[in-house]
Amino acid sequence: MLTINRDICGYCGCCVAVCPEGALELIDAYLSLEGDCISCGICARACPLGALEVVHEE
Amino acid sequence: MKNRYDVLVVGGGPAGALAARTAAEAGLSACLVEKRPAIGTPVRCAEGIGKELLKDFIEPDERWIAADIRRARIIAPSGDTIKLEQHQAGNEVGYVIDRKVFDRELVWRAAEAGSDVFVKTRAVAPIMENGAVKGARLLACGQPVDVRADVVVAADGVESKFARWAGLDTTVPLGDMMSCAQYLMTDIPIDAESTDFYLGRDIAPEGYLWVFPKGDRTANVGIGISGRQSRDGSRARHYLDRFVAENFPDGKVIEHIVGGVSVCKPLPCTVADGLMIAGDAARVVDPITGGGIFNAMFTGRMAGQVASECISAGDCSAGALMKYDEAWRVSRMGKTIERNYKVKDYFVTLDDAKLNTLAASLANIDMKEFKVSTLIMELIKRNPKMLMELRALKNSLA
Repeated sequence: MLTINRDICGYCGCCVAVCPEGALELIDAYLSLEGDCISCGICARACPLGALEVVHEE
Repeated sequence: MKNRYDVLVVGGGPAGALAARTAAEAGLSACLVEKRPAIGTPVRCAEGIGKELLKDFIEPDERWIAADIRRARIIAPSGDTIKLEQHQAGNEVGYVIDRKVFDRELVWRAAEAGSDVFVKTRAVAPIMENGAVKGARLLACGQPVDVRADVVVAADGVESKFARWAGLDTTVPLGDMMSCAQYLMTDIPIDAESTDFYLGRDIAPEGYLWVFPKGDRTANVGIGISGRQSRDGSRARHYLDRFVAENFPDGKVIEHIVGGVSVCKPLPCTVADGLMIAGDAARVVDPITGGGIFNAMFTGRMAGQVASECISAGDCSAGALMKYDEAWRVSRMGKTIERNYKVKDYFVTLDDAKLNTLAASLANIDMKEFKVSTLIMELIKRNPKMLMELRALKNSLA
């Protein structure tokens, strides 16, 4: 599951562009998960600030 | 807002502004929508642009010129510096601008030409009929509105969602996404007439760090690293913080900027039935410099021109709009992107030792004009030990 730390997020949209599923959406200063996330973690890699994290549930 | 326009432009950056302005100047009804509540902000840009390139679109105006640049310096990991004066560097040296003011000026000109403009209005889906884009469903300050148009220009920036909704894959490969962070800093000792580019694995892996002046003792200090080099503890902002702590410990950060810059190949096709894609959304950023303002304005204007021709002729199919795709690809801009992608692909493979060798070999270079082709010839001449790889690079560009 993808978690978004809004205190760290700079709402730049870098993650939106690398998401292979088109699952992320940035609306002004608010990043949200609107589509099906496959927990690939590519967005979390690309983030310049480290605001995204894929948490694997047990 | 009307419920029908000839051209609907999604995105109020330089690409969208030029598309809307060009369409309106051609006598079409045009509407530009921007999802953010203001044009020009937040800034996601290092704000550098070549002087000559800019002139083609707008007369330089001191209201949005933050600094007039005289030289560029490329600093190798060893500290060796390649200095390019204005007469040599040409389009690589220019102005550092204020995007907040500049973008507003461009949109204002679109409005002056007759285009409608709406902010805090976002496209949420294309209106599709028989596989063709016929407009967009918008949320205007939260209110749903369907707007039909003969042509939609997707100029929605790096996120490039609109084209994706219409069925085109706009995903940027991780390695071709520059993960960027930038501080607008003040009270720092800089050369206010020089744009500085720092290279090196420890400074900016597969990217570069820049210091672009915005006046005396004030500059955009930023960095882009490849997404594949970005990970916990070594992200763009960590590299930037380290550089700032070492070089500008007493500087003050007055603006915090982050962003993604695509340095991939352009989209394989930038049109579909009823749709054209321009600017960053079309992935037309220069893969070496990461510069995209000119390319956005260039493709935006061209999209507006071709839209107007196709609307007059009554055919807005992908086949008719294809003229736009073909025209920018054969343009100088298109050719430069194609070549620079290959050059970038080579340069990101270089370790610091090789970068130092190449930089040292160019220390006393006196090029009349800085050109990538001339540069590679000089590198070949001066670096016999790297002859094979440099020659392979040169051949790949032929």
